[in-house]
Amino acid sequence: MANDPVILLDKVNKWYGEFHVLKDIDLAVGKGEKVVICGPSGSGKSTVIRCINRLEEHQRGRIVVDGVELTSDIRSIDAIRRKVGMVFQSFNLFPHLTVIENLTLAPLWVKKTPLKQAQETAMRYLERVKIPEQAHKYPGQLSGGQQQRVAIARALCLKPDIMLFDEPTSALDPEMIKEVLDVMVELAGEGMTMVCVTHEMGFARTVADSMVFMAEGVIVEKAPPKEFFAAPKSERTRQFLSQIIGH
Amino acid sequence: MSAPIEQSPGEIAAHVEEPMRATLAAPRRGRGAAALLGWTRRNLFSSVPNTILTLVALALLVWFLPPLINWALVKATWTGGDPKLCREAGGACWALIETKHRFILFGLYPHDQHWRPLVAMAIFLSAIAASCDPRFWNWRLAGIWAVVLAVGGWLMWGGFLGLAYVENARWGGLPLTLILATLGIVLAFPLSILLALGRRSDLPAIRAVCVGYIEIVRGVPLVSVLFMASIMFPLFLPEGLTIDKLLRAQVGIILFTAAYLAEAVRGGLAAIPKGQYEAADAMGLGYWQKMGLVILPQALRLVIPPIVNQFISCFKDTSLVIIIGLYDLLTTAKTALTDPPWRPFYVESYVFAGLVYFGFCFFMSRYSQYLERRLNAGTRR
Ligand SMILES: Nc1ncnc2c1ncn2[C@@H]1O[C@H](COP(=O)(O)OP(=O)(O)OP(=O)(O)O)[C@@H](O)[C@H]1O
Ligand SMILES: [Mg+2]
Repeated sequence: MANDPVILLDKVNKWYGEFHVLKDIDLAVGKGEKVVICGPSGSGKSTVIRCINRLEEHQRGRIVVDGVELTSDIRSIDAIRRKVGMVFQSFNLFPHLTVIENLTLAPLWVKKTPLKQAQETAMRYLERVKIPEQAHKYPGQLSGGQQQRVAIARALCLKPDIMLFDEPTSALDPEMIKEVLDVMVELAGEGMTMVCVTHEMGFARTVADSMVFMAEGVIVEKAPPKEFFAAPKSERTRQFLSQIIGH
Repeated sequence: MSAPIEQSPGEIAAHVEEPMRATLAAPRRGRGAAALLGWTRRNLFSSVPNTILTLVALALLVWFLPPLINWALVKATWTGGDPKLCREAGGACWALIETKHRFILFGLYPHDQHWRPLVAMAIFLSAIAASCDPRFWNWRLAGIWAVVLAVGGWLMWGGFLGLAYVENARWGGLPLTLILATLGIVLAFPLSILLALGRRSDLPAIRAVCVGYIEIVRGVPLVSVLFMASIMFPLFLPEGLTIDKLLRAQVGIILFTAAYLAEAVRGGLAAIPKGQYEAADAMGLGYWQKMGLVILPQALRLVIPPIVNQFISCFKDTSLVIIIGLYDLLTTAKTALTDPPWRPFYVESYVFAGLVYFGFCFFMSRYSQYLERRLNAGTRR
């Protein structure tokens, strides 16, 4: 059983109208595995991970998360969203709530956790992302790096088995990228299953179990990071890597 | 771009310095005058167009103010209860208000029972005042309102616990206006939220119903909604079944106001970034949780000004119930003049009603500004 993937994408296809965004995507992610997805802009990276928690609907193929197949049945969607946390490029914190309210909202209303306990959990995660002192501020009063760490803590408060990251550091100034990546590295060290879209290749090298390269809606290459960086099989991957590492 | 920015600190310094220099140069008496002169020059005569505008405004004031003051204050008759005195004095006849204020304020409500609407209004207004403070916005407020409405209803209708029964056909004046407006606003608001959400729904049937409702109601004047509610609606009711006229007017006002409010609310919903919906979805919040906890609190804050605008409109529009024969404040002000000797003094009567309307509407407008500041404190992005 240990080898069963917790996320399985089986010939997943998706169209936006006429436009074929995802073409026969096959991807299996094992428990505790860290997958980093990279690829040029518009290749469908965001779309893939947004299909995993049903922010986008796929039209053909199967997506199975922790034994539950995603269908248009509300119950399957709810079940999967309880297991999957997501961190966005643009943070998407709720600006009308304080940091601690952002963190306790879903535990209170989705999991019906008692307030006291939800607050304790929230403070624990805020300590883990190293900003417990910001608990009573509003998101608008924090720096980008702090906001993204709050967003990570918010997702963790629901105790997910799987974390999805969609370019979590792309909207940040360079000096804040490290503080967010540090939190993610620590999280990876604790055995969280992670699927991460990022172009931070240093991070990918240290953390990833496998690298996925996408282009034009297709998974071009999937390999462990050592092979992926040292000897990419496809010409397209080589080109892409030389571009982003060259900079 | 840089020039004005560089100038502004200098300007600020000038503002600060000028009175100070004046203080040094002219101690004691001259100080106030010099400061005033400086202020006048800066604010009223800073350029040729400004000077012209100032002079025109002054001319208008000189032309307009003295006769107004003369009429409203100097030559006015305040007391006496005799229209002849007013006619002799030649000024405003505030004695009309003194004589007729109870009719204007309470309409046909039995004279010896006027304390009842008065107390009901006091309770009602206190509840409104409490509801205005965001600290009280919780479920208990709904309970308080239930009690307020029950007590208010008992005071107005009576009929038990020692109060004589007064049918609502005899209600009138300010209490009636307040009831129509407050219930209109309070009940139209949740309905408008449902309509706005429905209009943005993914379900075509719900969307069609909401769009249809909003467009039809917005395409019809309130007068005709009230007219239909009072004249046409009873024709469709089975024989013997009647629905109270006041209730029909109230429902008409609620349905009408809701359609307009819905469009204001929809504007707020449209302004919330997609990421907020997605974050709520990703956390597993259900539809109503997502809307109630994440989207609406933000959306409604954005549209406080148009919402309050609609509240003010609704408050004033209640005066249209005159066409179906309800005695709201404006109608009683008008009816007070049917007493022949007082008939020439209609301006005074309308000014009085106007001041009452203005007081409430001005309060709502200031309150909206306060609320905007208060709710947005700390949350600015
Ligand atoms: N809602 C939509 N409707 C139509 N087309 C869309 C929509 N969302 C995305 N697309 C298109 O789908 C393609 C894949 O988008 P996606 O966001 O997955 O790319 P990406 O790999 O994440 O790119 P980036 O690195 O810029 O974030 C793009 O060509 C995009 O224009
Ligand atoms: Mg993307």
